[in-house]
Amino acid sequence: MWNFDYSLPKLSWRFIPIWRRNFLVWRKLAIPSILGNLADPAFYMLGLGYGLGSLLPQVSGVPYMTFLAAGTLCYSTMNSATFESLYSAFSRMHVQKTWDAMLNAPLELDDVMLAELAWATSKSVLSGVAILVIILALGLSHSWLLFWTLPLLVLIGFCFTGMALVMNALSPNYDFFMYYFTLVITPMVLLCGVFYPVEQLPAFLQTAANWLPLTHAIELGRPLVQGEWPQHVLSHVGVLLAYGGAGFYLALVLVRRRLLK
Amino acid sequence: MISSMDEKLSPVLIATALRKSYGANEVVAGLDLALAPGECFGLLGPNGAGKTTTLRLLLGLTRPDGGTISLLGLPVPDQARKARVKVGVVPQLDNLDPDFSVAENLLVYGRYFGLSDAAVAARIPALLEFADLAGRADAKIETLSGGMKRRLTLARALVNDPDVIFLDEPTTGLDPQARHMMWQRLRRLLGEGKTILLTTHFMEEAERLCDRLLIMDRGAAITTGAPRDLIAAHIEPHVVEIYGDHEVGVHAAGYAALSERQERVGETLFCYCTDPHALLAALQAQSVLRYLHRPANLEDVFLKLTGRDLRD
Repeated sequence: MWNFDYSLPKLSWRFIPIWRRNFLVWRKLAIPSILGNLADPAFYMLGLGYGLGSLLPQVSGVPYMTFLAAGTLCYSTMNSATFESLYSAFSRMHVQKTWDAMLNAPLELDDVMLAELAWATSKSVLSGVAILVIILALGLSHSWLLFWTLPLLVLIGFCFTGMALVMNALSPNYDFFMYYFTLVITPMVLLCGVFYPVEQLPAFLQTAANWLPLTHAIELGRPLVQGEWPQHVLSHVGVLLAYGGAGFYLALVLVRRRLLK
Repeated sequence: MISSMDEKLSPVLIATALRKSYGANEVVAGLDLALAPGECFGLLGPNGAGKTTTLRLLLGLTRPDGGTISLLGLPVPDQARKARVKVGVVPQLDNLDPDFSVAENLLVYGRYFGLSDAAVAARIPALLEFADLAGRADAKIETLSGGMKRRLTLARALVNDPDVIFLDEPTTGLDPQARHMMWQRLRRLLGEGKTILLTTHFMEEAERLCDRLLIMDRGAAITTGAPRDLIAAHIEPHVVEIYGDHEVGVHAAGYAALSERQERVGETLFCYCTDPHALLAALQAQSVLRYLHRPANLEDVFLKLTGRDLRD
Protein backbone atom coordinates (compact mmCIF):
# COMPACT_ATOMS: atom_id res chain seq x y z
CA MET A 1 0.00 0.00 0.00
CA TRP A 2 2.91 2.32 0.74
CA ASN A 3 3.89 2.71 -2.88
CA PHE A 4 0.70 4.49 -3.91
CA ASP A 5 0.52 8.25 -3.57
CA TYR A 6 -3.07 9.01 -2.58
CA SER A 7 -2.65 12.77 -2.20
CA LEU A 8 -5.36 14.89 -3.79
CA PRO A 9 -4.70 16.40 -7.24
CA LYS A 10 -2.52 19.49 -7.04
CA LEU A 11 -4.34 21.83 -9.39
CA SER A 12 -2.33 24.61 -10.99
CA TRP A 13 -2.49 26.93 -13.99
CA ARG A 14 0.68 25.27 -15.20
CA PHE A 15 -1.55 22.95 -17.23
CA ILE A 16 -2.13 25.74 -19.75
CA PRO A 17 1.12 25.45 -21.75
CA ILE A 18 0.44 21.72 -22.09
CA TRP A 19 -3.11 22.38 -23.25
CA ARG A 20 -1.67 24.84 -25.79
CA ARG A 21 0.77 22.18 -27.00
CA ASN A 22 -2.12 19.84 -27.75
CA PHE A 23 -4.06 22.65 -29.36
CA LEU A 24 -1.12 23.40 -31.67
CA VAL A 25 -0.99 19.75 -32.76
CA TRP A 26 -4.75 19.75 -33.27
CA ARG A 27 -4.60 22.92 -35.38
CA LYS A 28 -2.31 21.18 -37.83
CA LEU A 29 -4.84 18.39 -38.27
CA ALA A 30 -7.97 20.47 -37.72
CA ILE A 31 -9.77 19.74 -40.98
CA PRO A 32 -9.64 15.93 -40.87
CA SER A 33 -10.30 16.10 -37.14
CA ILE A 34 -13.43 18.23 -37.46
CA LEU A 35 -14.59 16.14 -40.37
CA GLY A 36 -14.15 13.02 -38.25
CA ASN A 37 -16.05 14.61 -35.37
CA LEU A 38 -18.84 15.60 -37.66
CA ALA A 39 -19.16 12.97 -40.36
CA ASP A 40 -19.47 9.81 -38.32
CA PRO A 41 -22.21 10.86 -35.89
CA ALA A 42 -23.93 12.88 -38.62
CA PHE A 43 -24.31 9.81 -40.85
CA TYR A 44 -25.60 7.77 -37.94
CA MET A 45 -28.08 10.48 -37.09
CA LEU A 46 -29.24 11.13 -40.64
CA GLY A 47 -29.31 7.48 -41.69
CA LEU A 48 -31.13 6.15 -38.65
CA GLY A 49 -33.14 9.33 -38.14
CA TYR A 50 -34.63 9.44 -41.59
CA GLY A 51 -34.43 5.75 -42.48
CA LEU A 52 -35.65 4.21 -39.26
CA GLY A 53 -37.60 7.33 -38.29
CA SER A 54 -39.84 7.07 -41.34
CA LEU A 55 -41.05 3.71 -40.05
CA LEU A 56 -41.77 4.99 -36.57
CA PRO A 57 -44.51 7.11 -35.08
CA GLN A 58 -43.40 9.87 -32.76
CA VAL A 59 -41.07 8.74 -30.01
CA SER A 60 -41.60 10.30 -26.57
CA GLY A 61 -43.80 12.88 -28.19
CA VAL A 62 -41.32 14.11 -30.84
CA PRO A 63 -40.24 12.99 -34.32
CA TYR A 64 -37.63 10.22 -34.11
CA MET A 65 -34.99 12.48 -35.68
CA THR A 66 -35.35 14.98 -32.85
CA PHE A 67 -35.30 12.17 -30.29
CA LEU A 68 -32.15 10.72 -31.83
CA ALA A 69 -30.43 14.11 -32.15
CA ALA A 70 -30.26 14.52 -28.36
CA GLY A 71 -28.87 11.01 -27.94
CA THR A 72 -26.31 11.61 -30.67
CA LEU A 73 -25.25 14.87 -29.05
CA CYS A 74 -24.42 13.09 -25.80
CA TYR A 75 -22.85 9.95 -27.19
CA SER A 76 -20.76 11.79 -29.77
CA THR A 77 -19.33 13.97 -27.00
CA MET A 78 -18.66 10.87 -24.91
CA ASN A 79 -16.91 9.15 -27.83
CA SER A 80 -14.69 12.09 -28.55
CA ALA A 81 -13.59 12.40 -24.90
CA THR A 82 -12.97 8.66 -24.77
CA PHE A 83 -10.90 8.43 -27.94
CA GLU A 84 -8.77 11.42 -26.97
CA SER A 85 -8.10 10.10 -23.46
CA LEU A 86 -7.31 6.60 -24.65
CA TYR A 87 -5.44 6.58 -27.95
CA SER A 88 -4.11 10.13 -28.07
CA ALA A 89 -3.19 10.42 -24.39
CA PHE A 90 -1.57 6.97 -24.54
CA SER A 91 0.52 8.06 -27.53
CA ARG A 92 1.69 11.08 -25.60
CA MET A 93 2.34 9.17 -22.40
CA HIS A 94 3.75 5.86 -23.59
CA VAL A 95 4.64 5.89 -27.27
CA GLN A 96 6.06 9.35 -27.97
CA LYS A 97 7.17 9.92 -24.35
CA THR A 98 5.87 13.49 -24.59
CA TRP A 99 4.95 13.35 -20.92
CA ASP A 100 8.53 12.45 -19.98
CA ALA A 101 9.80 15.54 -21.77
CA MET A 102 7.26 17.65 -19.86
CA LEU A 103 8.25 16.10 -16.54
CA ASN A 104 11.87 17.12 -17.12
CA ALA A 105 10.65 20.73 -17.26
CA PRO A 106 9.26 22.42 -14.14
CA LEU A 107 5.92 20.63 -14.48
CA GLU A 108 4.42 17.90 -12.32
CA LEU A 109 2.52 14.82 -13.32
CA ASP A 110 -0.57 16.41 -11.77
CA ASP A 111 -0.18 19.31 -14.23
CA VAL A 112 0.11 16.89 -17.15
CA MET A 113 -2.99 14.98 -16.06
CA LEU A 114 -5.01 18.14 -15.51
CA ALA A 115 -3.98 19.23 -19.00
CA GLU A 116 -5.16 15.91 -20.44
CA LEU A 117 -8.48 16.34 -18.63
CA ALA A 118 -8.90 19.89 -19.88
CA TRP A 119 -7.80 19.06 -23.39
CA ALA A 120 -9.97 15.98 -23.94
CA THR A 121 -12.90 17.89 -22.44
CA SER A 122 -12.27 20.77 -24.84
CA LYS A 123 -12.07 18.46 -27.81
CA SER A 124 -15.24 16.62 -26.84
CA VAL A 125 -17.11 19.91 -26.43
CA LEU A 126 -16.08 20.75 -29.97
CA SER A 127 -17.53 17.43 -31.13
CA GLY A 128 -20.75 18.21 -29.33
CA VAL A 129 -20.88 21.67 -30.86
CA ALA A 130 -20.54 20.11 -34.31
CA ILE A 131 -23.71 18.08 -33.60
CA LEU A 132 -25.45 21.20 -32.26
CA VAL A 133 -24.70 22.89 -35.58
CA ILE A 134 -26.41 20.03 -37.41
CA ILE A 135 -29.36 20.19 -35.02
CA LEU A 136 -29.75 23.90 -35.73
CA ALA A 137 -29.19 23.51 -39.47
CA LEU A 138 -31.90 20.84 -39.70
CA GLY A 139 -34.23 22.94 -37.56
CA LEU A 140 -34.63 20.12 -35.02
CA SER A 141 -34.67 22.48 -32.09
CA HIS A 142 -35.86 26.06 -31.75
CA SER A 143 -35.59 26.51 -28.02
CA TRP A 144 -33.22 28.86 -26.22
CA LEU A 145 -32.81 26.06 -23.72
CA LEU A 146 -30.54 24.44 -26.32
CA PHE A 147 -27.77 26.74 -25.12
CA TRP A 148 -27.86 25.00 -21.75
CA THR A 149 -26.40 21.98 -23.55
CA LEU A 150 -23.07 23.83 -23.71
CA PRO A 151 -22.30 23.45 -19.99
CA LEU A 152 -23.71 19.94 -20.29
CA LEU A 153 -21.17 19.14 -23.01
CA VAL A 154 -18.39 20.27 -20.65
CA LEU A 155 -19.80 18.01 -17.96
CA ILE A 156 -20.04 15.03 -20.34
CA GLY A 157 -16.49 15.64 -21.55
CA PHE A 158 -15.24 15.82 -17.96
CA CYS A 159 -17.09 12.65 -16.95
CA PHE A 160 -15.90 10.40 -19.77
CA THR A 161 -12.37 11.81 -19.86
CA GLY A 162 -11.96 11.04 -16.17
CA MET A 163 -13.19 7.48 -16.71
CA ALA A 164 -11.04 6.86 -19.80
CA LEU A 165 -7.89 8.20 -18.13
CA VAL A 166 -8.13 5.26 -15.72
CA MET A 167 -7.82 2.89 -18.69
CA ASN A 168 -4.94 4.94 -20.03
CA ALA A 169 -3.14 4.63 -16.70
CA LEU A 170 -3.57 0.85 -16.68
CA SER A 171 -2.94 0.10 -20.32
CA PRO A 172 0.09 -1.84 -21.54
CA ASN A 173 -0.73 -1.15 -25.22
CA TYR A 174 -3.37 0.13 -27.63
CA ASP A 175 -5.14 -3.27 -27.85
CA PHE A 176 -6.08 -3.03 -24.19
CA PHE A 177 -8.58 -0.27 -24.99
CA MET A 178 -10.76 -2.76 -26.85
CA TYR A 179 -11.88 -4.15 -23.47
CA TYR A 180 -13.13 -0.73 -22.46
CA PHE A 181 -14.99 -0.19 -25.70
CA THR A 182 -16.53 -3.65 -25.69
CA LEU A 183 -17.41 -3.78 -21.99
CA VAL A 184 -18.17 -0.14 -21.17
CA ILE A 185 -18.70 2.15 -24.14
CA THR A 186 -20.73 -0.12 -26.43
CA PRO A 187 -23.14 -1.20 -23.66
CA MET A 188 -23.69 2.46 -22.81
CA VAL A 189 -24.38 3.40 -26.43
CA LEU A 190 -26.93 0.58 -26.69
CA LEU A 191 -28.56 0.70 -23.24
CA CYS A 192 -28.57 4.31 -22.10
CA GLY A 193 -31.27 5.78 -24.28
CA VAL A 194 -29.39 7.03 -27.33
CA PHE A 195 -31.62 5.19 -29.82
CA TYR A 196 -34.79 4.55 -27.79
CA PRO A 197 -36.21 5.46 -24.38
CA VAL A 198 -34.67 3.50 -21.51
CA GLU A 199 -38.24 2.73 -20.31
CA GLN A 200 -38.58 0.29 -23.22
CA LEU A 201 -36.05 -2.05 -21.60
CA PRO A 202 -36.92 -4.83 -19.13
CA ALA A 203 -36.67 -3.73 -15.51
CA PHE A 204 -33.28 -5.31 -14.77
CA LEU A 205 -31.70 -3.59 -17.79
CA GLN A 206 -33.30 -0.30 -16.76
CA THR A 207 -31.68 -0.68 -13.37
CA ALA A 208 -28.35 -1.37 -15.03
CA ALA A 209 -28.78 1.63 -17.32
CA ASN A 210 -29.45 3.88 -14.34
CA TRP A 211 -26.00 3.04 -12.99
CA LEU A 212 -24.35 4.13 -16.22
CA PRO A 213 -23.35 7.78 -16.64
CA LEU A 214 -24.48 8.17 -20.26
CA THR A 215 -28.10 7.64 -19.12
CA HIS A 216 -27.78 10.66 -16.86
CA ALA A 217 -26.20 12.77 -19.58
CA ILE A 218 -29.11 11.96 -21.90
CA GLU A 219 -31.68 12.62 -19.15
CA LEU A 220 -30.30 16.14 -19.09
CA GLY A 221 -29.63 16.63 -22.80
CA ARG A 222 -32.85 15.32 -24.31
CA PRO A 223 -35.27 17.68 -22.59
CA LEU A 224 -32.99 20.63 -23.38
CA VAL A 225 -32.98 19.76 -27.10
CA GLN A 226 -36.75 19.35 -26.97
CA GLY A 227 -37.23 22.71 -25.28
CA GLU A 228 -38.03 21.52 -21.74
CA TRP A 229 -36.20 21.99 -18.47
CA PRO A 230 -34.90 18.56 -17.29
CA GLN A 231 -36.04 16.92 -14.05
CA HIS A 232 -33.74 15.87 -11.20
CA VAL A 233 -30.98 18.10 -12.55
CA LEU A 234 -28.86 17.98 -9.40
CA SER A 235 -28.80 14.21 -9.14
CA HIS A 236 -27.89 13.76 -12.81
CA VAL A 237 -25.17 16.40 -12.57
CA GLY A 238 -23.97 14.74 -9.37
CA VAL A 239 -23.64 11.34 -11.06
CA LEU A 240 -21.64 12.80 -13.97
CA LEU A 241 -19.39 14.76 -11.61
CA ALA A 242 -18.89 11.71 -9.41
CA TYR A 243 -17.90 9.41 -12.28
CA GLY A 244 -15.56 12.02 -13.77
CA GLY A 245 -14.06 13.12 -10.46
CA ALA A 246 -13.57 9.60 -9.10
CA GLY A 247 -12.13 8.49 -12.44
CA PHE A 248 -9.69 11.37 -12.60
CA TYR A 249 -8.50 10.83 -9.04
CA LEU A 250 -8.07 7.09 -9.53
CA ALA A 251 -6.27 7.67 -12.84
CA LEU A 252 -3.93 10.12 -11.13
CA VAL A 253 -3.09 7.68 -8.32
CA LEU A 254 -2.44 4.92 -10.87
CA VAL A 255 -0.39 7.03 -13.24
CA ARG A 256 1.74 8.40 -10.38
CA ARG A 257 2.62 4.83 -9.56
CA ARG A 258 3.24 4.00 -13.20
CA LEU A 259 5.52 6.92 -14.04
CA LEU A 260 7.01 8.16 -10.77
CA LYS A 261 7.89 4.79 -9.24
CA MET B 1 29.74 40.07 -2.83
CA ILE B 2 30.38 37.58 -0.09
CA SER B 3 27.15 35.74 -0.64
CA SER B 4 27.78 35.43 -4.38
CA MET B 5 31.24 34.04 -3.66
CA ASP B 6 29.75 31.52 -1.29
CA GLU B 7 27.32 30.53 -4.00
CA LYS B 8 30.17 29.97 -6.41
CA LEU B 9 31.96 27.68 -4.01
CA SER B 10 29.02 25.64 -2.80
CA PRO B 11 28.23 22.50 -4.81
CA VAL B 12 25.54 22.67 -7.48
CA LEU B 13 24.31 19.23 -6.62
CA ILE B 14 24.86 17.12 -3.51
CA ALA B 15 23.48 13.67 -2.90
CA THR B 16 24.23 11.67 0.21
CA ALA B 17 23.51 8.04 1.07
CA LEU B 18 21.01 7.74 -1.77
CA ARG B 19 18.97 4.53 -1.83
CA LYS B 20 16.25 3.19 -4.09
CA SER B 21 14.84 -0.32 -4.30
CA TYR B 22 12.28 -1.95 -6.55
CA GLY B 23 11.00 -4.93 -4.61
CA ALA B 24 14.01 -6.88 -3.45
CA ASN B 25 16.24 -5.28 -6.07
CA GLU B 26 18.29 -2.43 -4.66
CA VAL B 27 19.01 -0.32 -7.73
CA VAL B 28 20.76 2.53 -5.93
CA ALA B 29 22.57 1.38 -2.81
CA GLY B 30 23.99 4.23 -0.76
CA LEU B 31 25.39 6.61 -3.38
CA ASP B 32 27.16 9.88 -2.54
CA LEU B 33 28.07 12.51 -5.09
CA ALA B 34 28.71 16.23 -5.32
CA LEU B 35 29.11 18.47 -8.36
CA ALA B 36 31.16 21.65 -8.22
CA PRO B 37 29.99 24.60 -10.32
CA GLY B 38 31.30 24.50 -13.88
CA GLU B 39 32.57 20.94 -13.84
CA CYS B 40 31.69 18.07 -16.10
CA PHE B 41 30.91 15.03 -13.99
CA GLY B 42 30.52 11.59 -15.53
CA LEU B 43 28.43 8.78 -14.12
CA LEU B 44 29.79 5.54 -15.55
CA GLY B 45 28.67 2.00 -15.17
CA PRO B 46 27.62 -1.09 -17.09
CA ASN B 47 23.98 -1.54 -18.13
CA GLY B 48 21.79 -1.93 -15.08
CA ALA B 49 24.30 -0.23 -12.77
CA GLY B 50 21.65 2.29 -11.67
CA LYS B 51 22.74 5.32 -13.71
CA THR B 52 19.33 6.25 -15.12
CA THR B 53 17.58 5.66 -11.79
CA THR B 54 20.18 7.92 -10.15
CA LEU B 55 19.40 10.67 -12.66
CA ARG B 56 15.67 10.28 -12.03
CA LEU B 57 16.27 10.57 -8.29
CA LEU B 58 18.43 13.67 -8.73
CA LEU B 59 15.74 15.33 -10.87
CA GLY B 60 13.05 14.50 -8.34
CA LEU B 61 11.12 12.24 -10.72
CA THR B 62 11.08 9.45 -8.20
CA ARG B 63 11.29 9.48 -4.42
CA PRO B 64 14.39 7.90 -2.81
CA ASP B 65 13.94 5.27 -0.10
CA GLY B 66 16.75 6.93 1.80
CA GLY B 67 19.29 9.73 1.59
CA THR B 68 19.16 13.43 0.82
CA ILE B 69 19.50 15.46 -2.37
CA SER B 70 20.10 19.17 -2.81
CA LEU B 71 19.93 20.56 -6.36
CA LEU B 72 20.84 24.23 -6.84
CA GLY B 73 20.34 24.71 -3.12
CA LEU B 74 16.83 23.25 -3.10
CA PRO B 75 15.79 19.99 -1.43
CA VAL B 76 14.77 17.25 -3.87
CA PRO B 77 12.18 15.82 -4.38
CA ASP B 78 10.22 18.27 -2.18
CA GLN B 79 11.18 21.34 -4.21
CA ALA B 80 12.36 19.53 -7.34
CA ARG B 81 9.93 21.38 -9.60
CA LYS B 82 11.38 24.70 -8.54
CA ALA B 83 14.94 23.42 -8.95
CA ARG B 84 14.17 22.21 -12.50
CA VAL B 85 13.50 25.81 -13.56
CA LYS B 86 17.29 26.13 -13.90
CA VAL B 87 18.03 22.59 -15.11
CA GLY B 88 18.23 21.22 -18.66
CA VAL B 89 17.73 17.54 -19.45
CA VAL B 90 18.77 15.54 -22.49
CA PRO B 91 17.07 12.14 -22.08
CA GLN B 92 18.42 8.85 -23.33
CA LEU B 93 15.66 8.45 -25.91
CA ASP B 94 14.64 11.34 -28.10
CA ASN B 95 11.21 12.60 -27.12
CA LEU B 96 10.92 15.52 -29.47
CA ASP B 97 7.40 16.33 -30.60
CA PRO B 98 7.05 14.61 -33.99
CA ASP B 99 4.07 16.76 -34.96
CA PHE B 100 6.06 19.98 -34.70
CA SER B 101 8.78 21.72 -36.66
CA VAL B 102 12.20 22.35 -35.16
CA ALA B 103 11.26 25.87 -34.03
CA GLU B 104 7.87 24.80 -32.68
CA ASN B 105 9.58 22.17 -30.53
CA LEU B 106 11.65 24.92 -28.91
CA LEU B 107 8.71 27.29 -28.55
CA VAL B 108 6.41 24.73 -26.92
CA TYR B 109 9.15 23.52 -24.59
CA GLY B 110 10.00 27.07 -23.55
CA ARG B 111 6.37 27.60 -22.54
CA TYR B 112 6.69 24.72 -20.06
CA PHE B 113 9.19 26.90 -18.20
CA GLY B 114 6.74 29.76 -18.03
CA LEU B 115 8.60 31.72 -20.72
CA SER B 116 6.63 34.04 -22.95
CA ASP B 117 6.44 33.32 -26.68
CA ALA B 118 8.43 36.49 -27.33
CA ALA B 119 11.16 35.46 -24.91
CA VAL B 120 11.50 32.03 -26.53
CA ALA B 121 11.31 33.44 -30.06
CA ALA B 122 14.19 35.76 -29.18
CA ARG B 123 16.29 32.79 -28.08
CA ILE B 124 15.50 30.48 -31.00
CA PRO B 125 18.04 31.81 -33.54
CA ALA B 126 20.93 31.39 -31.07
CA LEU B 127 19.70 27.93 -30.08
CA LEU B 128 19.46 26.85 -33.73
CA GLU B 129 22.92 28.23 -34.43
CA PHE B 130 24.23 26.33 -31.41
CA ALA B 131 22.62 23.12 -32.65
CA ASP B 132 23.94 23.75 -36.17
CA LEU B 133 20.34 23.77 -37.36
CA ALA B 134 20.18 27.36 -38.59
CA GLY B 135 17.98 27.45 -41.69
CA ARG B 136 16.07 24.38 -40.52
CA ALA B 137 13.65 26.16 -38.20
CA ASP B 138 10.67 24.95 -40.22
CA ALA B 139 11.93 21.43 -40.88
CA LYS B 140 9.80 18.52 -39.69
CA ILE B 141 11.36 16.31 -37.03
CA GLU B 142 11.07 13.20 -39.20
CA THR B 143 13.37 14.79 -41.80
CA LEU B 144 16.23 15.21 -39.30
CA SER B 145 19.12 12.76 -38.96
CA GLY B 146 19.86 11.09 -35.62
CA GLY B 147 22.65 13.57 -34.92
CA MET B 148 20.42 16.55 -35.73
CA LYS B 149 17.68 15.24 -33.42
CA ARG B 150 20.21 14.83 -30.62
CA ARG B 151 21.47 18.38 -31.11
CA LEU B 152 17.93 19.71 -31.20
CA THR B 153 17.22 17.85 -27.96
CA LEU B 154 20.30 19.54 -26.50
CA ALA B 155 19.13 22.94 -27.78
CA ARG B 156 15.71 22.26 -26.25
CA ALA B 157 17.40 21.55 -22.91
CA LEU B 158 18.99 25.01 -23.14
CA VAL B 159 15.79 26.91 -23.84
CA ASN B 160 15.57 28.02 -20.18
CA ASP B 161 19.28 28.97 -20.00
CA PRO B 162 19.94 26.32 -17.32
CA ASP B 163 22.79 26.32 -14.80
CA VAL B 164 23.05 22.52 -14.79
CA ILE B 165 22.54 20.14 -17.68
CA PHE B 166 21.79 16.44 -17.22
CA LEU B 167 22.59 14.22 -20.18
CA ASP B 168 21.69 10.53 -20.22
CA GLU B 169 23.95 8.76 -22.74
CA PRO B 170 24.05 11.75 -25.06
CA THR B 171 25.93 10.11 -27.94
CA THR B 172 24.55 6.58 -27.95
CA GLY B 173 23.64 5.60 -31.50
CA LEU B 174 25.46 8.50 -33.18
CA ASP B 175 28.07 8.13 -35.90
CA PRO B 176 31.61 9.44 -35.19
CA GLN B 177 31.02 12.78 -36.93
CA ALA B 178 27.83 13.44 -34.98
CA ARG B 179 29.48 12.29 -31.77
CA HIS B 180 32.43 14.68 -32.18
CA MET B 181 30.02 17.50 -32.98
CA MET B 182 28.11 16.75 -29.77
CA TRP B 183 31.35 16.76 -27.74
CA GLN B 184 32.32 20.13 -29.22
CA ARG B 185 28.99 21.56 -28.20
CA LEU B 186 29.27 20.21 -24.67
CA ARG B 187 32.75 21.71 -24.36
CA ARG B 188 31.34 25.04 -25.49
CA LEU B 189 28.73 24.86 -22.73
CA LEU B 190 31.42 24.07 -20.17
CA GLY B 191 33.33 27.09 -21.48
CA GLU B 192 30.25 29.18 -20.77
CA GLY B 193 30.35 28.02 -17.16
CA LYS B 194 27.53 25.45 -17.25
CA THR B 195 27.73 22.44 -14.97
CA ILE B 196 27.21 19.09 -16.70
CA LEU B 197 26.26 15.70 -15.33
CA LEU B 198 26.37 12.96 -17.94
CA THR B 199 25.96 9.23 -17.93
CA THR B 200 27.75 7.22 -20.54
CA HIS B 201 29.28 3.88 -21.20
CA PHE B 202 31.66 5.28 -23.78
CA MET B 203 34.94 5.52 -21.90
CA GLU B 204 36.42 7.67 -24.64
CA GLU B 205 33.64 10.19 -24.11
CA ALA B 206 34.15 10.25 -20.36
CA GLU B 207 37.91 10.56 -20.73
CA ARG B 208 37.60 13.48 -23.17
CA LEU B 209 34.86 15.46 -21.47
CA CYS B 210 34.76 14.79 -17.76
CA ASP B 211 36.75 16.61 -15.12
CA ARG B 212 35.73 13.97 -12.65
CA LEU B 213 33.82 10.78 -12.83
CA LEU B 214 32.26 8.15 -10.70
CA ILE B 215 32.23 4.52 -11.71
CA MET B 216 29.24 2.71 -10.27
CA ASP B 217 28.07 -0.86 -10.32
CA ARG B 218 25.09 -2.53 -8.65
CA GLY B 219 23.90 0.84 -7.41
CA ALA B 220 27.04 1.80 -5.52
CA ALA B 221 30.15 3.83 -6.30
CA ILE B 222 33.27 1.76 -6.94
CA THR B 223 35.62 4.68 -7.39
CA THR B 224 35.60 8.37 -8.13
CA GLY B 225 38.21 10.85 -9.37
CA ALA B 226 39.70 12.57 -12.41
CA PRO B 227 40.06 10.23 -15.42
CA ARG B 228 43.86 10.54 -15.49
CA ASP B 229 44.17 9.91 -11.75
CA LEU B 230 41.95 6.85 -11.97
CA ILE B 231 44.06 5.39 -14.78
CA ALA B 232 47.28 6.09 -12.86
CA ALA B 233 45.85 4.59 -9.68
CA HIS B 234 44.50 1.39 -11.18
CA ILE B 235 46.44 0.50 -14.34
CA GLU B 236 50.12 0.33 -15.33
CA PRO B 237 50.91 3.05 -17.92
CA HIS B 238 51.48 0.68 -20.88
CA VAL B 239 49.22 -2.02 -22.24
CA VAL B 240 50.31 -4.59 -24.81
CA GLU B 241 47.52 -6.68 -26.29
CA ILE B 242 48.73 -9.90 -27.89
CA TYR B 243 46.36 -11.76 -30.22
CA GLY B 244 46.54 -15.27 -31.57
CA ASP B 245 44.80 -18.60 -31.44
CA HIS B 246 46.27 -21.27 -29.22
CA GLU B 247 49.66 -19.66 -29.83
CA VAL B 248 48.95 -17.12 -27.14
CA GLY B 249 48.69 -19.91 -24.63
CA VAL B 250 51.97 -21.46 -25.74
CA HIS B 251 53.88 -18.23 -25.37
CA ALA B 252 51.94 -16.67 -22.53
CA ALA B 253 54.28 -17.70 -19.79
CA GLY B 254 57.28 -16.19 -21.57
CA TYR B 255 55.59 -12.85 -22.20
CA ALA B 256 54.09 -12.78 -18.76
CA ALA B 257 57.54 -12.63 -17.23
CA LEU B 258 58.16 -9.37 -19.16
CA SER B 259 55.16 -7.47 -17.74
CA GLU B 260 53.90 -6.71 -14.23
CA ARG B 261 50.37 -7.98 -14.67
CA GLN B 262 48.54 -10.03 -17.27
CA GLU B 263 44.99 -10.91 -18.12
CA ARG B 264 43.88 -13.63 -20.53
CA VAL B 265 40.55 -12.97 -22.26
CA GLY B 266 39.65 -15.57 -24.86
CA GLU B 267 42.44 -15.55 -27.42
CA THR B 268 43.87 -12.23 -26.26
CA LEU B 269 46.55 -11.69 -23.66
CA PHE B 270 46.60 -8.25 -22.04
CA CYS B 271 50.00 -7.37 -20.57
CA TYR B 272 50.16 -4.34 -18.29
CA CYS B 273 53.62 -2.87 -17.73
CA THR B 274 55.53 0.17 -16.56
CA ASP B 275 58.37 -0.40 -19.03
CA PRO B 276 57.26 -2.23 -22.19
CA HIS B 277 60.64 -2.31 -24.00
CA ALA B 278 61.67 -5.87 -23.23
CA LEU B 279 58.22 -7.22 -24.09
CA LEU B 280 58.03 -5.28 -27.33
CA ALA B 281 61.50 -6.43 -28.33
CA ALA B 282 60.46 -10.03 -27.75
CA LEU B 283 57.32 -9.56 -29.81
CA GLN B 284 59.20 -7.89 -32.65
CA ALA B 285 61.50 -10.87 -32.81
CA GLN B 286 58.63 -13.23 -33.73
CA SER B 287 56.16 -13.23 -36.61
CA VAL B 288 53.34 -15.52 -35.47
CA LEU B 289 51.42 -13.28 -33.08
CA ARG B 290 49.87 -9.91 -33.81
CA TYR B 291 50.04 -7.33 -31.05
CA LEU B 292 49.08 -3.77 -30.17
CA HIS B 293 50.92 -1.42 -27.87
CA ARG B 294 48.92 1.48 -26.40
CA PRO B 295 48.76 3.69 -23.32
CA ALA B 296 46.46 2.59 -20.52
CA ASN B 297 42.99 4.12 -20.79
CA LEU B 298 39.79 4.49 -18.85
CA GLU B 299 38.28 1.40 -20.42
CA ASP B 300 41.02 -0.67 -18.76
CA VAL B 301 40.05 0.84 -15.42
CA PHE B 302 36.37 0.28 -16.07
CA LEU B 303 36.79 -3.36 -17.06
CA LYS B 304 39.13 -4.01 -14.16
CA LEU B 305 36.65 -2.61 -11.67
CA THR B 306 33.35 -3.86 -13.12
CA GLY B 307 34.56 -7.11 -14.65
CA ARG B 308 34.22 -8.45 -18.16
CA ASP B 309 30.93 -10.30 -17.73
CA LEU B 310 28.18 -9.27 -20.12
CA ARG B 311 25.36 -7.17 -18.63
CA ASP B 312 22.20 -7.34 -20.68
